[in-house]
Amino acid sequence: MSADPNLTKDQPNPKVDGSELIRFDKVVKRFGGNTVLDELDFSVASGKHVTLIGPSGSGKTTILRLLMTLIKPDEGTIKVNGDYLTHEQKNGSLVPAGEKHIREVRKNIGMVFQQFNLFPNMKVLRNITEAPVTVLGLSKDEAEERARELLEMVGLGDRCDAYPTQLSGGQQQRVAIARALAMRPQVLLLDEVTSALDPELVAGVLDVLRDIAHTTDITMLCVTHEMNFARDISDQVLMFDAGRVIESGPPEKIFSDPAHERTREFLSAVL
Amino acid sequence: MITTASSSWDWSAVADFMPHFWDGVVETLKILVLGSLISFSVGLVWALAFRAPTRFVRWPVGVVTEFIRNTPLLVQLFFLYFVLPEWGIQFSALTTGIVAIGLHYSTYTAQVYRAGIEAVPTGQWEAARALSLPYRRTWTAVILPQAIRRVIPALGNYVIAMLKDTPLLAGIGVLELLQRSRLEAAQTFQYTEALTVVGIAFIVIAYPSSLLLRALERRLVR
Repeated sequence: MSADPNLTKDQPNPKVDGSELIRFDKVVKRFGGNTVLDELDFSVASGKHVTLIGPSGSGKTTILRLLMTLIKPDEGTIKVNGDYLTHEQKNGSLVPAGEKHIREVRKNIGMVFQQFNLFPNMKVLRNITEAPVTVLGLSKDEAEERARELLEMVGLGDRCDAYPTQLSGGQQQRVAIARALAMRPQVLLLDEVTSALDPELVAGVLDVLRDIAHTTDITMLCVTHEMNFARDISDQVLMFDAGRVIESGPPEKIFSDPAHERTREFLSAVL
Repeated sequence: MITTASSSWDWSAVADFMPHFWDGVVETLKILVLGSLISFSVGLVWALAFRAPTRFVRWPVGVVTEFIRNTPLLVQLFFLYFVLPEWGIQFSALTTGIVAIGLHYSTYTAQVYRAGIEAVPTGQWEAARALSLPYRRTWTAVILPQAIRRVIPALGNYVIAMLKDTPLLAGIGVLELLQRSRLEAAQTFQYTEALTVVGIAFIVIAYPSSLLLRALERRLVR
């Protein structure tokens, strides 16, 4: 299993020079009376692998869902690649963005879900080619060739013609990873991608992700409870609590010598 | 002493009825097939309109479909056949009947589609959005194929229900099975034979259909 070296070659704006790719600026998200994100500021540099850790309900998944524009922030702004994600400039003032603008910015972002969310009505190959053909305008042959390479990379080169329900959870998740990568996003969001898997299937999925992390330039934003995996692939770990980042740093630092008492408590509970 | 004319079964009456019986079968199946097609397609339009972004669509569609669903089909048939011509809109009894039964059943199939669409997990919408699939494409390639697959058995049940409602079209003079048998019997006074044959014909069509549906259901619902 080796990653496709061309994976990020022809991206529109391959900024892998460590410049800022994602910026959250005073982002507030409430669900009912519950403030999940409280004036959150943080940024992710291009090409970095960032893991979000913290107790459940601390807003980690909400960050990924905001970036994927599955939900909208109540206050504050998010920038991706220098462009506002959910706002646009009109006559010098910042207004909520139209669907067209959101679609353009969102094209830089891919997401893998906890529950895989493959399309059960499509075979594996078409799950992967559907969006490149209809959204990026690739020819069917080109999209299929790319899909086969990606399936090869995730170790499922022989399952093109299977339906998702004929695959194990781990295989489905690897297809979902291939599907997200087929859009050649600059950012890959990983939302607890192994939480729904049987324990013996977790390693296969994590191996694929490790491979991608080590051999491509893709920026990864990862919510996980797999601390060993986080330690392995992350450049930076952000510890969340109550809608804020309470501590951040390289994994060696956070995992072995956390500065914050909450982080210590959390890690001793999960490690 | 009173003796009934048709106290014994007369096979020759059955034989005499056969040519008209087959005409009636053809007419009934025509109503069933075209009525189903109308109910399947119009019902889908209703179901999509239920989810329209603006209440100026949702609300009127809700009122219209509830109205159609909660008034008797026979009343609707009479209205379309006897009242509309007064406004200069006139169709043959058969056309009127097919449209009425199709429209009536579309309000049922709309509810079936609605349930099927709602049963598609939110994750499917989210995955489509994460891949930037356009809204229309999300519907046609992701949501509807899954929703429709789920509702085929339920739609089939309505086809069988519709079959059993086709005799209502006799009320406006459509020459379907029941009307054929009534005309036959009116000439010969042998009601038993004609009506029995028609009753059996409905069973012969409906029962295998429902068996077929059950088989289909086992295949589709996985």
